[in-house]
Amino acid sequence: MHSDKIKEIFSDLELKPGNSFLPLKTENLSYFIDEKEIISDLNINIFSDEITIIMGPNGAGKSIFLKLLNGIIKPTSGKILWNKKKDFSFVLGRQALVFQKPILLRRSVVANLDFIHNLTNIKDKYDQDQLLKIVDLLNKKNQPARLLSFGEQQRLSLIRALLFRPSLLMLDEPTANLDPASTKIIEDIIVSLKEFGIKIIFVTHNILQAKRLAGEVVFFDKGKLVEHKNAKEFFTNPSSKQVSKYLDGIL
Amino acid sequence: MIEFAEASKLALNLILSLDADILEIVILSLKVSIFALAIACIIGFSLGSLLASNKFYGRGVILIIINSLMALPPVVVGLVVYMALSKSGPLGWLNILYTPSAMIVAQSIIITPIVLALSRQVIEDIHNEYYDFFKSLNLTKFQIVKSLIWDARYSLITVSLAGFGRGIAEVGAVIIVGGNINHFTRVMTTSIALETSMGNLPFALALGIILLLISLSVNALVMALNLTSKKYAFG
Repeated sequence: MHSDKIKEIFSDLELKPGNSFLPLKTENLSYFIDEKEIISDLNINIFSDEITIIMGPNGAGKSIFLKLLNGIIKPTSGKILWNKKKDFSFVLGRQALVFQKPILLRRSVVANLDFIHNLTNIKDKYDQDQLLKIVDLLNKKNQPARLLSFGEQQRLSLIRALLFRPSLLMLDEPTANLDPASTKIIEDIIVSLKEFGIKIIFVTHNILQAKRLAGEVVFFDKGKLVEHKNAKEFFTNPSSKQVSKYLDGIL
Repeated sequence: MIEFAEASKLALNLILSLDADILEIVILSLKVSIFALAIACIIGFSLGSLLASNKFYGRGVILIIINSLMALPPVVVGLVVYMALSKSGPLGWLNILYTPSAMIVAQSIIITPIVLALSRQVIEDIHNEYYDFFKSLNLTKFQIVKSLIWDARYSLITVSLAGFGRGIAEVGAVIIVGGNINHFTRVMTTSIALETSMGNLPFALALGIILLLISLSVNALVMALNLTSKKYAFG
């Protein structure tokens, strides 16, 4: 679908730009599971409204970091500041997380969308068909969501997250294990959202995808921040051994 | 003793002629079990979903107790309810001993742990699946419970049918608290026991056949629901 058309649909949804809670800053953020340090003393300052890509080897703490930002889990110590405010309610209801493994309700495709729409207390009807058309699911509107293919489920998860009208959208490896067609649909939507002003934080292992999408890259290893640079510099001139190894496919 | 074939023939005649006594007993049995099931479902589904969606100290002990209560001996339940509802018992003032209400109370006590334990398991499976999603939406407890019960609806109907099956086939408790009074508290199981002891085999057999048919229908319904939920991937 043409990106202008996608943006028109976002406009109908009354999505609001995400720069109001930037910079997103963490101060000495740590998270432990049974004495094991998963995120360690993390100080990060995300102020760019470009797409932020989070990279790092398995077990680096990327998914946990997103869950901390989303409020699913609470930090063991340290804090998260949204535009200098610690108050989580400031961003509550204005951010959404798309999980690596789609979590869909045991309902039809359209009922999954309605569930989120009804939570928002927005009285106006939204255009289900247009939204489903973006992700090529219109003909499966009334099918049980759990019968969709993995790629279709992930596409549904993405547009369902949009119904939350997020200003910040976080995605945890949303295109892992997807075919190129599904990956392209998701990437197109993400680029359109970014152009629309929605702040995107995106976890991926795919270096080519990161090069396509990233405005800046944050690199984690073993729960620690290793590098945080604009994308061009990150890929051409990494300053740490870990990043060099990772980009060379060794780490 | 009357021959089996002869008894079967007479029993079928009683069923096909819609014998008034048989009809009365069947209707009372269904009423008692449906009321008991309704009480069990209200308590079982709500407590089951709360237990499924909350982790707290002592939860494991509660689950062990509930699972053990699934095997409650009906005669013991009957005895305890009898003592509680007797004139000298703590609930004697209710004046419901030897009435269908007492039978409903006894059956509810037998069915509730079954509905509670099974619904807790069904809902917990879905809750574990949805946990991160619900947490990310910051839903209230009420919204979580409502969504879990709705999404588990096919399985919960199966659970309630299992409870109904247990209730309608129960004899020990209802005979103690109901008293098997003709035209008042006589249900299928208690009538079968009584009529058999009196040698009225066609009457007992007719009720036995109806009880079996009800049991078969319930099982067929369970199977149909399971197939439906699988077909629509809701279950």
